[in-house]
Amino acid sequence: MKWELNTERPVYIQLIEQIQTEIISGNYKPGDKLPSVRDLAADATVNPNTMQRALVELERTGLLLTNRTSGRFITSDDKMIKKLKEESAKNQILEFIDKMHQLGFEPEETLTLFIEIVKNKD
Amino acid sequence: MSAILECKSLTKKFSNFTALSNVNLTLERGRIIGLLGPNGSGKTTLIKLINGLLVPNSGSLLINGKLPGTETKKIVSYLPEKTYLPEWMRVSETIEFFEDFYADFDRKKAYEMMERLHLDSKKRLKTLSKGTKEKVQLILVMSRKADLYCLDEPIGGVDPAARDYILNTIISNYNENATVLISTHLISDIEKVLDDVVFLKEGFVTMQSSVDDIRSKDGKSVDTLFREVFRC
Repeated sequence: MKWELNTERPVYIQLIEQIQTEIISGNYKPGDKLPSVRDLAADATVNPNTMQRALVELERTGLLLTNRTSGRFITSDDKMIKKLKEESAKNQILEFIDKMHQLGFEPEETLTLFIEIVKNKD
Repeated sequence: MSAILECKSLTKKFSNFTALSNVNLTLERGRIIGLLGPNGSGKTTLIKLINGLLVPNSGSLLINGKLPGTETKKIVSYLPEKTYLPEWMRVSETIEFFEDFYADFDRKKAYEMMERLHLDSKKRLKTLSKGTKEKVQLILVMSRKADLYCLDEPIGGVDPAARDYILNTIISNYNENATVLISTHLISDIEKVLDDVVFLKEGFVTMQSSVDDIRSKDGKSVDTLFREVFRC
């Protein structure tokens, strides 16, 4: 997995976000087994405590499930994943509207421009 | 289990100056800690005190509850800033040397790491470049199952790819009972691997914090904070 971590924000939060993205996009499928904390930490080149903190938080939200003997798994709850996907999309859109606003575009203008570009894209 | 290192009012003076002043520091087990500070701030002095190479003028320093000595040297693995192994030794002989000295030395692990970094174990140290010698020494130190690893500038003279490998070795070596203390200038390379940092300035501990606290409270990386705090 390709991790993109900057050091200005807490790393564990970024790990949570990126694991969520992997789940939403389907790269990690429902029911998939996760590698060990140590392997994930080495893959991301981060401190194992930091990775553990991210995983524990994801467990708390129910996105990851722990089986004491066999490790951590992605939830099979499709509804939960769908809800997360929608929430992520909503956040992206709000961020985009905000950025366009900074450039001087009102939401209505942004929408018009957006539709036009999407139409002409393919 | 108790803290691996406890310093109380630790002071070390040399004939005309004070290297460490009243240092109070506790290092917990299972943490990777960055010891950060400008040149001459006292980092190497602190590490030498931990390893019993220097004796404090006042205050106390306990490792796993004991004073530095034979018993603590069994559980502390030290990587000095300058290479110290004899130039005439072959890499394989340095492995045997460490095996003789330390009961917790893992020979198989050392050879595996040497191979991964393409180091020829038959070569004599004097034929190796500075960076390669540093890699050898780091592998020897990390092949011990110690409770406290003191690494003084472990990635300084080493190329970026090897740096990544070394950081990965530190991460993979991690266990909840052992602590790694890394003294370095190359903060941006290493900060994702750190749990906590200790800032040392002119012999005083000016800050001890977890890296995530710095990022969430100050909204900046440790590297950025360091540059601000120690601006010339």
